[in-house]
Amino acid sequence: MTSLILILISALFFNGIIGRVKSISAGRKGPGVMQPIKDVIRLFHKGAVYSDVTGPVFKLAPAVYLASVLIACLCVPFGNKPGLISFNGDFVFFAYALALGKFFCIIGALDTGSSFEGMGASREATYSMLAEPAFFLIMGSLALMTGNTSFQDIFAELHPSSPMSWALAVIAAFVFLILAMVENSRMPVDDPKTHLELTMIHEVMVLDNSGIDLGLIFVTGYLKFAMYAALIANLFIGSIPVGFGIPVFFVIQFACAVIIGLNESFTARYRMNHNPQFIFTLACIALLAVFGVMLMSGQLV
Amino acid sequence: MPMNNNILHISNGSRVKVAEIPVLGYDGFRATTLELMSDKARHCVSYFAYPCGEGLRLMMCIADDNAHDILVFACDVEKGAKLASAASECLALERYEREIHENWGLEFEGHPWYKPVRDFMPKKYKFFQMEGEELHEVGVGPVHAGVIEPGHFRFICNGEDVLHLEIQLGWQHRGTEHLMLEKKRLIERVLLAEGIAGDTSVSHSTAFATVWESLCGFKPSEEVLWARTLAAELERMANHTGDLGAICGDVAYQLGAAVYGRLRTPIVNFSQRWCGNRLGKGNVRPAYAPYAFTEELKQQLLSDLAAYERDFLEMCDKVQHFPSVLSRLDRTGVVSTEQAESIGAVGMAAKCAGICRDTRASHPYGVYGSLDVQPVVKNTGDVLARTELRIDEVKQSLAIVRSLLEKMPSFDGASAGSASGSVRSASGSVRSAGSPAGESFAIALTEGWRGEICHCAITGADGELVAYKIKDPSFHNWMALALAVRGNEISDFPICNKSFNLSYCGHDL
Repeated sequence: MTSLILILISALFFNGIIGRVKSISAGRKGPGVMQPIKDVIRLFHKGAVYSDVTGPVFKLAPAVYLASVLIACLCVPFGNKPGLISFNGDFVFFAYALALGKFFCIIGALDTGSSFEGMGASREATYSMLAEPAFFLIMGSLALMTGNTSFQDIFAELHPSSPMSWALAVIAAFVFLILAMVENSRMPVDDPKTHLELTMIHEVMVLDNSGIDLGLIFVTGYLKFAMYAALIANLFIGSIPVGFGIPVFFVIQFACAVIIGLNESFTARYRMNHNPQFIFTLACIALLAVFGVMLMSGQLV
Repeated sequence: MPMNNNILHISNGSRVKVAEIPVLGYDGFRATTLELMSDKARHCVSYFAYPCGEGLRLMMCIADDNAHDILVFACDVEKGAKLASAASECLALERYEREIHENWGLEFEGHPWYKPVRDFMPKKYKFFQMEGEELHEVGVGPVHAGVIEPGHFRFICNGEDVLHLEIQLGWQHRGTEHLMLEKKRLIERVLLAEGIAGDTSVSHSTAFATVWESLCGFKPSEEVLWARTLAAELERMANHTGDLGAICGDVAYQLGAAVYGRLRTPIVNFSQRWCGNRLGKGNVRPAYAPYAFTEELKQQLLSDLAAYERDFLEMCDKVQHFPSVLSRLDRTGVVSTEQAESIGAVGMAAKCAGICRDTRASHPYGVYGSLDVQPVVKNTGDVLARTELRIDEVKQSLAIVRSLLEKMPSFDGASAGSASGSVRSASGSVRSAGSPAGESFAIALTEGWRGEICHCAITGADGELVAYKIKDPSFHNWMALALAVRGNEISDFPICNKSFNLSYCGHDL
């Protein structure tokens, strides 16, 4: 329960902080930290427009998308305190709950029959597919090291053990952070600021969504960011008392948002055909982590 | 070349009697055109038809970059005549022939692609199609996501790769050439010329003013030419800087977008200070310089440029050495030299493909003759080349502006406004070029920031305009964009498009 509440709180600010970092580093005044939430509130006051060619799937998709991410958030523990859903192998459930949402988002986009949305859907499907091995490999290495298969047990065990677990935590944090950028279609894979449909990945997929549906998709995006950052935070707060854990949690959330903001301010995005390579690199790093753990624990030789 | 005896050689900005222009039979006209165009130093700057007596007269203007003159010859044809296409052998003429066909109903037999130029009927016209299970079409526009002009882009893609792009324009057609004839007051015509492409208003209005002055037999004073040249270079700097920002924006390089966006402002603000308009509208008028350039403005400009140059050079150094930006620009959207030559590309599209084609050097006007401008030429023809060309041209413009300021002429009462220069000159000091001579033909080429601009005018017996032809560099260069994106990823189209930054309204007129 703690983790869910904390994720919800940090989701309120996460994208706003990214926006602030970007506007400050560009020397602009920029919108306030609460602007993303204000946008969503504005959208919730609007009706939605549906194209004649779309069916029920299109209307259902945003709600399923949000629900899937909420369910995934329920699996996230807070250090050694379990999330609302916790069982052995829950990280597999976590990954496929997210995949279900993405699946609906994709078929919702295909439902519009627009060539733009088809293009976006195909890109999003490709990149999520490529990102999946990275997630499982890094979770696998954590599971291998701790000998547990649920989020809560893994994170509880991770921290106190050895310098090795610190090293692994840092690698995992890096992989999760990049995964968060890929899954949220941020730089360097996608450019959330662009108005050019042909270069978009996520935005072009939700072009036909409007009003409350678009609001739901935005909220889902904010939640996803906070959720991944919460996973990163969990790597470091395993055994810290809750009183210390909560500030550390928010510091890590804040740091993640700032890193993403700085990255978006000072680099250019990748060419589309470099993206698969980049995402595969993540899987390779995760694979190294797996081998490292196997080597250290003597399971390889 | 023996045929050259039949052809009139004139220099940029000059006037001739219509009767002096040799009129050939169509076969001779076509053969001469093809023979002249076979030399790479020559390109067609204008080819148009206008009503002459009962029939139509085709007017061909070919610029010779080596001889620094323009070759002019004509041909009389009947209305609705069926002619052998010259474009079937010289692709650079294809758009001119389509335009003539569309405007005057002449048929060009054997034309490679009879596609509408501006008169587009969505129901009647069938876009180019390709068959294949794995191919799909993506249509973009005419309404776009950004606040830009309308144009329709039809891609045929294999997955992410673009096989073919067809560009359909015409939504901005305002009938500018017709309005030029219809509007009788000079001020209306100047305003029309400024509005041909709003971002190139200085170069277009300079071309108009040059044509008008030469029709009137008026020779503008040195300070008028000086002011136009300065305004044109400032326009070039402002637009190139803005484009660099937009290119950075398209590759999501926020720092570049923010810095270049900011750097454009002092340049356009200086224009505002000088002539009351950020885009230099109102700064060029036939026969006189409406806004004096004072010592005070000179000091202002020098200090603006010093501040601009420092930041500009620093930012360019970053962009030109930043791997993540370079990986997006390098080898993206390549236009080969052969392609650029065959479509008759001008301006940036040509200069980046290794073609040295710059009106400032080959057909100098204003005070460019005394400046010895060396065109910047790049050989790779990709987006990076067009980015670096802009950077180099801005550096060149900085040098030109500084050397112009050193030779600043004095703006005496005759052409000057008030001391601050920001107030329109008193009516007593406005000078007129006089009235145009009858039965005359005048042509002016200028090098706008996009490339070569050509204005041609023909007067009737009473000195009234009977034809006015405008050619913006975008007229040819849209084809360069269509060729550039072939074989690229569709997601790279925006960056290719931005690297050309062509004008929709300049094409559509």
